[in-house]
Amino acid sequence: MPYDPGPDVVEVVRAPKGGPVRGTYRAFGETLRGMKTVMGRWAEGTHTYQYPEQKTPVYPRFRGRHKLHRFEDTGLEKCVGCSLCAAACPADCIRVVAAENTPDNRVSAGERYAAVYEINLSRCIFCGYCEAACPFDAITMGHDYEMSDYNRSDLIFTKEMLLAEPLERTPLRSIGE
Amino acid sequence: MTVFAEVGYYEPWWIQLLKALAIFAVVFQLVPVVLLAERKLLGRFQHRYGPNRVGPYGALQPMADIGKLLFKQQFRPNGSIGWLFAFAPAISMFVAVATLALIPFSNTVDIFGTEVGLYGIDPSIGLLYAFAFGGIAFYGLVLGGWASGGKYAFLGSMRAAAQLISYEIAQGLAAIGVVMMAGSLSLTEIVGYQEDHLWMIVPQFVGFVIFLVAGFAETNRPPFDLPEADAELVQGYSTEYGGGRFAAYYAAEYLNIIVVSALTATLFLGGWNIPFVDPPTWVDPIVVLVKALVLVFMFIWVRATLPRLRYDQLMALGWKVFLPLATVNALVTAILVVET
Repeated sequence: MPYDPGPDVVEVVRAPKGGPVRGTYRAFGETLRGMKTVMGRWAEGTHTYQYPEQKTPVYPRFRGRHKLHRFEDTGLEKCVGCSLCAAACPADCIRVVAAENTPDNRVSAGERYAAVYEINLSRCIFCGYCEAACPFDAITMGHDYEMSDYNRSDLIFTKEMLLAEPLERTPLRSIGE
Repeated sequence: MTVFAEVGYYEPWWIQLLKALAIFAVVFQLVPVVLLAERKLLGRFQHRYGPNRVGPYGALQPMADIGKLLFKQQFRPNGSIGWLFAFAPAISMFVAVATLALIPFSNTVDIFGTEVGLYGIDPSIGLLYAFAFGGIAFYGLVLGGWASGGKYAFLGSMRAAAQLISYEIAQGLAAIGVVMMAGSLSLTEIVGYQEDHLWMIVPQFVGFVIFLVAGFAETNRPPFDLPEADAELVQGYSTEYGGGRFAAYYAAEYLNIIVVSALTATLFLGGWNIPFVDPPTWVDPIVVLVKALVLVFMFIWVRATLPRLRYDQLMALGWKVFLPLATVNALVTAILVVET
């Protein structure tokens, strides 16, 4: 008894029909269509970035290498050494050693400052939790993504390195790009 | 001494030596050009630039590749057959260069008072010579894969043998139409016929398509690159090869592409002939090379377009489509040639 799916079932054509002539025509026709498509890709031009000279622009919320910030008016560090970022870090890559500010040596705006602030970028997973945990917006995720180095020890970024402006700014993607 | 074939025209031995060197030098220079052109064009077809770092516009990239390959350490696997392993790439190279001798770049021309034929050799058996060396070309691939002592290499070489044999038949039958119309196997005479009449591509269009597609298969080019199908066989017959021997295989493959293109241009696209124009003789070799390079561009274009065939599809296409088609083409041509 032949299979009858009923009137509600729409028949799906799974393979093109046709004898050898139509099959041959189809094979050659589709081949030519494919070749036309490929040639069209050449006419469209390239869609690549010439990387070392021309960097891939990133979105504003891109999470790249961390940055530590200072107050713009006083020049004091925003970080008060509270270690909340280190506590929030899932990869456990932040090390903070706090010290007291004294009237002679005033580094941060709060009572204490970070005497040592190190991020081991070979461990960091760039999740941005440190940024979210920081009560003073002292640490943010920057836009740098070129962090390869020859030694693992060179990837431990100290406070001075994190405070410094990046040498070359990463281009930002404009809206709609 | 047995005479295997008569030669249309021959010069003193020193001219033969000189022109052999000249043809080899010129066409072998095209190998890196085609290599670079392929990578650049594939890039363009995929929205990329292709190599553009080494030298101006990446022009020195093939030189860098060749340098890298030649300075690599030679090694061979434990299970390989030593002398055969080293010999097989040489066969491939030798065959590619030997077939090159057949391509006519022009008829006999007068250079400083000496008659010189602008071809390596013009034997009366012309095309048969090409197919004979095509037959020997299998040995380069099959022995290479077999002598490697690896199963992937062996599988690749078996595939190469099956594929090359089945497509050579279709290619031969497709060329028979041309031979019957021109009434000669000699390539210079076939071009001469096309000068007097039409380019063979017009009356022999089916033959042209079959010859070209079989040419893709003969040179192991995508979509017929099953002998080296890198997704399944690592690299096929050349899996265990590295360094200079791999470079020999690679150069032979590209030289084969140029030779097959030049052969197709000679058989079907009128060789050095341009219709309705009668250029000076020195243009002829350039015309042949340009036609060959146009076909090389076809090779690259098809490579960028088509996915690799399955093995049974390859065999079905060869034996069930091309072989009957080529046979019918030869038969119809034979009937028409006899009728007129």
